[in-house]
Amino acid sequence: MMQPDWQPTASLQALKNRAELLQFVRGFFASRQVMEVETPVLARHGVSDLHLDAITARTAAGIGFPDGRAYLQTSPEYHMKRLLAAGSGPIFQVFRAFRDGELGRRHNPEFTLLEWYRPGFADDDLMTEVGDLVAGWLGLNAPPQRISYRQALQRWAGLDPFLASDAELRVVCESWLDKALADTLSRDICLDVIMSHQVEPALAKEPPTFICLYPASQAALAKTSIVEGQAMAHRFELYVRGVELCNGYWELTDAAEQARRFELDNQLRAEAGKPVMAADAFLLAALNAGMPASAGVALGLDRLLMVSSGADSIADVMAFPAPRA
Amino acid sequence: MASYSTNEFRSGLKVLLDGDPCVILENEFVKPGKGQAFNRVRLRNLMSNRVWERTFKSGESLEAADVMDRDMEYLYTDGEFWHFMVTDGSFEQFAADAKAVGDCMKWLKEQDVYQVTLYNGAPLSVTPPNFVELEVVDTDPGMKGDTAQGGSKPATLSTGAVVSVPLFITIGEVLKVDTRTGDYVSRVKG
Repeated sequence: MMQPDWQPTASLQALKNRAELLQFVRGFFASRQVMEVETPVLARHGVSDLHLDAITARTAAGIGFPDGRAYLQTSPEYHMKRLLAAGSGPIFQVFRAFRDGELGRRHNPEFTLLEWYRPGFADDDLMTEVGDLVAGWLGLNAPPQRISYRQALQRWAGLDPFLASDAELRVVCESWLDKALADTLSRDICLDVIMSHQVEPALAKEPPTFICLYPASQAALAKTSIVEGQAMAHRFELYVRGVELCNGYWELTDAAEQARRFELDNQLRAEAGKPVMAADAFLLAALNAGMPASAGVALGLDRLLMVSSGADSIADVMAFPAPRA
Repeated sequence: MASYSTNEFRSGLKVLLDGDPCVILENEFVKPGKGQAFNRVRLRNLMSNRVWERTFKSGESLEAADVMDRDMEYLYTDGEFWHFMVTDGSFEQFAADAKAVGDCMKWLKEQDVYQVTLYNGAPLSVTPPNFVELEVVDTDPGMKGDTAQGGSKPATLSTGAVVSVPLFITIGEVLKVDTRTGDYVSRVKG
């Protein structure tokens, strides 16, 4: 029987689980002296990442946004980094994030991110804390295993992401997509295809697993360094039952490097025919003023609820997904 | 002809892929948090009936296929074509060849209504209703005392279909049959 459209898609039990998760999260951070903060959902700068699109909002003139235009934030990252630079110490936030064009079994354009920052932590330390939080909520006996991106692709896709040629990667991608399309894909996008079509399904059969040390070209906002002779990003993701739960970095704090990445993002956006996004001058100024060395992570609370309740669709854990919002 | 972008893909949508009309069965949006979005799509090729899996970059589009499902009454066969008439009162008729009728042939009963799929205006396939009621024209005599339990035997129906039925079924009875599985469901009280 189809429910009428005014009804929530999540069961009452799922909504109770959500309420309990929020309490659990707040208790977890309170016991670790991490302060809860709130930062703007609507702001003058939109994300520049090639693969993320902010939803644009129109505003009246004179309420603070230039040209009557503002963006729903895709994550609270830049504002939280400004708080870190202002001396906040460790902070967390339960944030409603918006990403245009994302709707599917594991995606809703509006969703709940748990994002937190730990001054003094490196990626390894933060993985331990993410493991504590997730194991605590899911009732796991052991912390998640850790596997490097390189090992993961070697083990489950039979290739070395640093040594395979572009041509080899494209041939692998032809298992799932048209040769004509595969031939247009960049190296990193080929790796994304292999990751989502080959590695993720394999991870569904593994115990909870951190994938760490991504290629430097997929650093986003992570520090990079040379590991095993290759430029790698101090970035990690956690997969539970093949579901990507979080994305964390040992954060980039270098303002000049951050400015360079904004430029690179925009170059890629222009090539892809996407609007160029102005670099966030507030963030750059904050990094110039000095952000403490920190690790930070964003974890999808809706996905965590999917995993803990065995839900197949994100609609099963949120009251009103986009088609009913 | 219109085209559909991946974000408009939903099950039941008819599109052209590699020149063939296909129906979308499933569309899964796949996107790593920090990576390119894709749509993994399962489609059934309506020409070959084979299921294809294909991944598209989100935002790509496919041309719409001029495919329409219409309810039509089965009229008769002339041996080469099977003739159907649209049930909307227009009396419009279509002739389907053996390839289009396919497996549905064994369920075709005159005056019953079937779903005929038209591609560029010509019958591409014929789908029977989930349940049809057909008369038994041949089966071994039932044995006295047989009940719903016990064995089964083959019975030939008026359309030529052979289904497995309980032993108590006799010639002349009308049976309800599930066309998706070819299974006997029940007797129809006459």
